[in-house]
Amino acid sequence: MKARFQVGDAVRVADRWPEAGPARCHVRTPHFLRGRSGTVERVLGEFPNAEELAFGKPGLPKVPLYTIKFRETELWADGGFRLQDTLTADLYEHWLEGTHG
Amino acid sequence: MHDLGGVEPLASAAIDRREHALTQFDKHVDALMYLLSHPSRRILRVDELRRAIESLSPDAYANLSYYEKWLQAMRDLLVEKAVLGADEIESKLAELRARDRAAALPLPGAGVP
Amino acid sequence: MADPPLADPHRHDDHDHAAAAQAQMVTHEPSPEYLLLERALRELLIAHGVFPADAVGRQIDLTDSRNEARGAQLVARAWVDADFKRRLLSDAKAAATELGIDVSNTPELIVLENTPRLHHLVVCTLCSCYPKAILGIPPAWYKSREYRARAVKDPRGVLREFGTALGDDVELRVVDSTADLRYVVLPMQPAGTQGLSERALAPLVTRDSMIGASLPRSPRNEYKPRP
Repeated sequence: MKARFQVGDAVRVADRWPEAGPARCHVRTPHFLRGRSGTVERVLGEFPNAEELAFGKPGLPKVPLYTIKFRETELWADGGFRLQDTLTADLYEHWLEGTHG
Repeated sequence: MHDLGGVEPLASAAIDRREHALTQFDKHVDALMYLLSHPSRRILRVDELRRAIESLSPDAYANLSYYEKWLQAMRDLLVEKAVLGADEIESKLAELRARDRAAALPLPGAGVP
Repeated sequence: MADPPLADPHRHDDHDHAAAAQAQMVTHEPSPEYLLLERALRELLIAHGVFPADAVGRQIDLTDSRNEARGAQLVARAWVDADFKRRLLSDAKAAATELGIDVSNTPELIVLENTPRLHHLVVCTLCSCYPKAILGIPPAWYKSREYRARAVKDPRGVLREFGTALGDDVELRVVDSTADLRYVVLPMQPAGTQGLSERALAPLVTRDSMIGASLPRSPRNEYKPRP
């Protein structure tokens, strides 16, 4: 499989904001995760790109999708969680960058 | 404004846990969504519906009910994809209003022995 | 002190919250404008031959038949059958098919196992994605903007609202359904229920426990299952 990342890899979510640009877009990478670091929890396989399906395009070639795990303490300055609490989201490969630890 | 994770003041608000009974309207909208997005028909995709909801005005997004939002999104998409015409929808709405008005009138001769 | 055979719905301990909330059903009537729009779209689509006139009614019946009982079946089976549980965790759609649940044309499904060290809470912050094939239509609170905003930032506060307390050493994992995967939580089997049959266990499995907001019922405070 063409997946670039594997379980356990440290990744960072791209700090991109296509919504601020001129083109209409449909993005499934939540704002609160942009620019945040996590680890690959699960390699989910390849899926058509929802960002393009949303505009009637076929969304091909399929894109690898991953469950990325984040630590809640690294997402919020404060909130109702414990140090060990986590959060996962399913993100497309083109939104992820490898980090070196 | 659909991207709500962590957004205040919502993220500090109480959650209304009351169960909602689905109205016939709710069930109809849900059924239409299912029928239109079924792979056998390929009229609309769920991703297109989501994108259409995300394109609603902030006011509409905050104030329309869940099923009203999905219905509005369906309408917008059906017109965008030329499945239905905007004029056609307006004509049908006018026809329905006329039909409803006629149905509310007393029958001719009502009360006459 | 006599132990009541059925709990009084007006008591307020952890297990009563769901029933108390359910006692207040709310209906949201649509505005006349949208009622009219729905009729207009439906009539036009039928006139255009997009679907037959009886399709909407048939779809409503199908949706009505889907409720959390299917999910409860999966959980109860997993509690009594360790091999089934393994299959459920590794390929949820195949396991659901084994129990006769139709999951054709539905998104990919993953079942998340709660353990003494790990508790899951499922949300869709971007819209309202939900495992409808297994649990039916989502509750209004799951679709609410408040839940979608708060579950990722104050998950323990959300659980408290549901009367659910987790140990300080348990990892609470919030699962944001951002893509085409749908998630169902496999709650831990309640203490004191080892040896009960699947039929006795299924009524303990609530919808909210399969989302992760609540724990399953415990037989000590068991309610009559909804008809």
